[in-house]
Amino acid sequence: MMNKPSDAVTARGLSVIRGPRTVLHDLHFSVPRGQITGLLGPSGCGKSTLMRAIVGTQAKVTGTLDVLGLPAGSPPLRARIGYVTQTPSVYADLTVHQNLDYFAAILTPGRRAAARRRTDVTRAITAVDLTTHADALAKNLSGGQLNRVSLAVALLGSPEILVLDEPTVGLDPVLRRDLWTLFHDIAAQGTTILVSSHAMDEAERCHRLLLLREGTLLADETPQGILTRTRTTTVEEAFLHLVDEAATEAAAETTPKEPAR
Amino acid sequence: MNAARTTATALRVLRQLRHDPRSIALLLAVPCVMLLLLRYVFDGSPRTFNSIGASLLGIFPLITMFLVTSIATLRERTSGTLERLLAMPLAKGDLIGGYALAFGAVAVVQSALATALALWGLGLDVTGAPGLLLLIALLDALLGTALGLFVSAFATSEFQAVQFMPAVIFPQLLLCGLFAPRASMQPVLEAISYAFPMSYAVDGMTQVLTHPDVTSAFFRDTAVVIACALAVLVLGAATLRRRTP
Repeated sequence: MMNKPSDAVTARGLSVIRGPRTVLHDLHFSVPRGQITGLLGPSGCGKSTLMRAIVGTQAKVTGTLDVLGLPAGSPPLRARIGYVTQTPSVYADLTVHQNLDYFAAILTPGRRAAARRRTDVTRAITAVDLTTHADALAKNLSGGQLNRVSLAVALLGSPEILVLDEPTVGLDPVLRRDLWTLFHDIAAQGTTILVSSHAMDEAERCHRLLLLREGTLLADETPQGILTRTRTTTVEEAFLHLVDEAATEAAAETTPKEPAR
Repeated sequence: MNAARTTATALRVLRQLRHDPRSIALLLAVPCVMLLLLRYVFDGSPRTFNSIGASLLGIFPLITMFLVTSIATLRERTSGTLERLLAMPLAKGDLIGGYALAFGAVAVVQSALATALALWGLGLDVTGAPGLLLLIALLDALLGTALGLFVSAFATSEFQAVQFMPAVIFPQLLLCGLFAPRASMQPVLEAISYAFPMSYAVDGMTQVLTHPDVTSAFFRDTAVVIACALAVLVLGAATLRRRTP
């Protein structure tokens, strides 16, 4: 596979071991720039591990994994990737504004950047629609609001890649729609978004899909491409089709051939 | 390391603390109440209060900062904020430095209150300069911060973190010379006491208590406490991993 400059993430022979288990098996894929790539698969299939590998917080990663042309986890990448973990990672005993102020100061430190930080923080809070809650303590927010604070932190500093681990889980439909509109706005400005979900209905909102199951990739193409290839109408059906297909193939490989008489 | 990121971290830690007035009150009041209690427990023997009181001025900051830091960094590890910070352009030294700075500032206030109360309220009789007492108290606080940070790496819950307090602090407390002079201990214990940083903290306090000038023993004691604090901080930094399993 060629490493095109248009790709934000390139993986070749990517494997990850966690404890006694190989969580990701020999993955080959690329994530194009400026698009929304959905990482879909059931709970526990290795989505979070793959995202952690891309962000550079996962240990025991083998194979090649390049992000923006650099090996994943390289220090220069730390300011260029926005990362939202599955559980909101913000300080519960700080207000929304104070949380963002702190993370902004880590991204762009120094007194001279203070004005830039202020506008950046305001922009991030507005983007996730929390302006009215800016001075509320994070621990007093609802789960969905807390998710959005965590997302706002990732939007700080306008990163080139956003890695979002199940950002819409547990949100009401209206909020989910608003967030997807936000993701599309952000992608339209050239940001690459890799978003994971175990809700298959979110697939059609992505430009590309990576279907993951038990640490192996079932598909890496556009939603329409997957539907056409599997002759199905929904991504959920397509996923099931691909799982059955993979199972049949595996059975064919392991079944011993009848001895010739 | 970056000074702006370190101070931003320290400010953030202090802001978190400010949203928790009960903890602030406990941090500042408990040492004073203990000293007050001690003064009247030894009502009949002011000399005992003198020696124990001075030692406690060094031990309080160590214990409280140990507890506060171990819980605070454990929270940082379990809440996912540590992972987020380490995925950002933050040096480990910035984080540790920020914590040391913030809790150091709290320790200064705590020690200043306790020392002032002991000297002018309870009649603790110190031959040396009160500023030196404060200096040792501050160094002890840093040592406590360092130990807490280090220990938090081995605890998976706040429940466990609290259990480390007796495990790490009590042996040092027993052997530091507070209850009996170290020279009078069983020789093996005396030898062990030389390996514990708290012994030097208490020795340093005793030097200030009994000598009008800065003695060479005081220098040695403060140097040992500083060296221990730095060594444990470096060990603590090594437990912060950007990549985790």
